[in-house]
Amino acid sequence: MQESPSFKRELLATLPSLRAFAVSLSGRHDRADDLVQDTMMKAWAKQDSYQMGTNIKAWLFTILRNEFYSQMRKRGREVQDTDGAFTERMSVHPSQYGVLDMADFKKALDTLPPDQREAIILIGASGFSYEEAADICKCAVGTMKSRVSRARTRLQDVLKISGEADFGPDAVSAQVTTNTP
Amino acid sequence: MKDKTKMNDMSVPRSRRSDDGLGPNSDIGAKLRAFYGAVQDQPIPDKFLDLLEKLDQVEQASKRKGG
Repeated sequence: MQESPSFKRELLATLPSLRAFAVSLSGRHDRADDLVQDTMMKAWAKQDSYQMGTNIKAWLFTILRNEFYSQMRKRGREVQDTDGAFTERMSVHPSQYGVLDMADFKKALDTLPPDQREAIILIGASGFSYEEAADICKCAVGTMKSRVSRARTRLQDVLKISGEADFGPDAVSAQVTTNTP
Repeated sequence: MKDKTKMNDMSVPRSRRSDDGLGPNSDIGAKLRAFYGAVQDQPIPDKFLDLLEKLDQVEQASKRKGG
């Protein structure tokens, strides 16, 4: 009897970060909010399987993530396109280095493959441990670590903030050589 | 900085972060948290609160009926 009010409260408390995760995954606010709503309904329906006092955030993130991938499969959608978009973006050099704003960062994040994107978000922003993140994504801890590492490297490349790339023509020529197949 | 406080609230365990390049001194880490925090700090949309109320009401009603 006591369970419902407290489950509701915990769900409510997790909504802001759940929403941030949804936006990170889907890259779009409208789709993210649909995802959060679906997750709330799923979570509510199966709240009996959640054990009070355990990590509700990880539990909810797992549900949301499952929901996201199952919707992607149903759409049979632009997953294929990700590679193309990525290649295209990589070949466009930003006109200025070192200037970063949120839009740039979001674009950079969108160029990551989904598994790397979720990995670096869970670890770098959501505050999960590698063990928790691996659990949410149903992969090994080592896999999680390597995804995070590759994601970070790629973001640094795309955003050109890997130190020496910030300066002068050398950075440009370095980019050209790196990007040439 | 503000973000950092929040992260700590999550009781992140912490043998890590020394080697993943996403710590407080990392540009990528800071960008990630700023991006995430920008969404996280938005007020919860009414539609979510309404949904939660509805779910709760339906459950309470069915409990009353079912006894």
